[in-house]
Amino acid sequence: MKQPIYLDNNATTPLDPRVLEAMLPYFTEKFGNAASRNHAFGWVAEEGVDYAREQVAKLIGCTEKEVIFTSGATEADNLAIKGVFEMYKDKGNHIITAVTEHKAVLDTCKHLEKNGARVTYLGVKEDGLIDLAELEAAMTPETILVSIMYGNNEIGVIQPVKEISAIAHKHGALFMTDATQAVGKIPVDVNADGIDLMAFSAHKMYGPKGVGALYVRRKNPRVKVTSQMDGGGHERGMRSGTLNVPGIVGLGKACELCRLEMESEAIRLSGLRDKLESTLNKMEESYVNGNTQHRLPHVANISFKYVEGEGLMMAMSDLAVSSGSACTSASLEPSYVLKSLGLSDDLAHSSIRYGLGRFTTEEEIDQAIAVTEKAVNHLRELSPLWEMFKEGIDLSKIEWAEH
Amino acid sequence: MAYSEKVIDHYNNPRNVGTLNKDSKFVGTGLVGAPECGDVMRLQIEVGEDNVITDAKFKTFGCGSAIASSSLATEWLKGKTIDEALSIDNMDIVEELALPPVKIHCSVLAEDAIKSAINDYRVKNGLEAIVLEKSHH
Repeated sequence: MKQPIYLDNNATTPLDPRVLEAMLPYFTEKFGNAASRNHAFGWVAEEGVDYAREQVAKLIGCTEKEVIFTSGATEADNLAIKGVFEMYKDKGNHIITAVTEHKAVLDTCKHLEKNGARVTYLGVKEDGLIDLAELEAAMTPETILVSIMYGNNEIGVIQPVKEISAIAHKHGALFMTDATQAVGKIPVDVNADGIDLMAFSAHKMYGPKGVGALYVRRKNPRVKVTSQMDGGGHERGMRSGTLNVPGIVGLGKACELCRLEMESEAIRLSGLRDKLESTLNKMEESYVNGNTQHRLPHVANISFKYVEGEGLMMAMSDLAVSSGSACTSASLEPSYVLKSLGLSDDLAHSSIRYGLGRFTTEEEIDQAIAVTEKAVNHLRELSPLWEMFKEGIDLSKIEWAEH
Repeated sequence: MAYSEKVIDHYNNPRNVGTLNKDSKFVGTGLVGAPECGDVMRLQIEVGEDNVITDAKFKTFGCGSAIASSSLATEWLKGKTIDEALSIDNMDIVEELALPPVKIHCSVLAEDAIKSAINDYRVKNGLEAIVLEKSHH
């Protein structure tokens, strides 16, 4: 079977062969437990972990002691939010986040609401960015944490993290960010950005799955989180569990490659993305979702009106993309991120996310354009809504039989 | 999710796509679903002598299973009498296309579209609309 063109790099990225090469010895001859202090096997593994910690720290501008390895960004989000809530409960119980966050943040907050937390879910503007005045107004003396993602996974918009952290700090709260989509793609510096806690993951930046990290600030202020996993007291007592040495080595190598190649790669990717987006946006009734100034270089989210996203993906079987339509889910609810931008359900159902990556070529983008245009035109020929639109019928005036 | 071969076949080669003259008294039109729900089907039948359906056309906004369900429905409708058409059950469509549980609503919509088209035809020709049982959602 011919492999489709992979344009779903916001879901996961392929492993860079250079990362794999760095990892391989740690599966075999360097198999030691990094916590074994009494023999060479342990020391070699520990060296690998220490080196990876340096590579990670260098990418985000922190010190090695501030990097806590986890099983991925979801665990890091849980550790940060639950850990802060438990550690700072004497100070307050209020957390502020946004409706467009990843489920790992939203569901963690919902869980804490059952345990006495008060959570404010900020809405977003039409372009996907939060309103800073609204954030400021939501701050209270009980606010202990503001958790706003760096770059959005569906539409790629980048939140004004510097401004957000300044507001959080002004009111004595900590600032946490889920930077899973941003780290390794754009410059992220925890000091310049005023970040106190930051979650990210290896498999979104050409590293392996099952490993990620939480940055926890140690100075100005010294941030503490209660551990969510009890055991041997690994990772400065914040995350027990034998370290996933090959995974961590892979995360380190992935961070190093991103740091060295990010600048040129971001230019290359935004060039390809802009070509894809501007060409497809020339199609009739197509709409680009989210802010187009403040966003990640490798994401485009486009709605093709009068065509349903899942049906469209089926017609584009030569492309691996994703859709905000959720015809398969039991709820049939389209993307909550797109809906929170104020998009109508039918436009949300008509959306396709293209996520470009390190291995995306210009030839692939040209093919993706051709495949999309053909599929959209084909499905519009089948679409009663398109026919009605062409006849000038106002679809909003029709009484649809909801089912 | 993987689609069955029959869904893929109907999706790639949809039968009877098109539009009949909705103002003709021989044509019944059913428009069901809603854009907000991610699927809308329009199914039309043309009825000849002896209540036999001589032509059927569809257009569908929706996922592959919705398109396949309506394509299959038009195929089945041609040559049937109105009474025979009324007996098409959504579960027949589920079975024929091997639809998974999350796609059963697509077949329900196709059954609704058939009945709605028949009722449109009946009302146009001075007959009472048939009271439809609520199909099993």
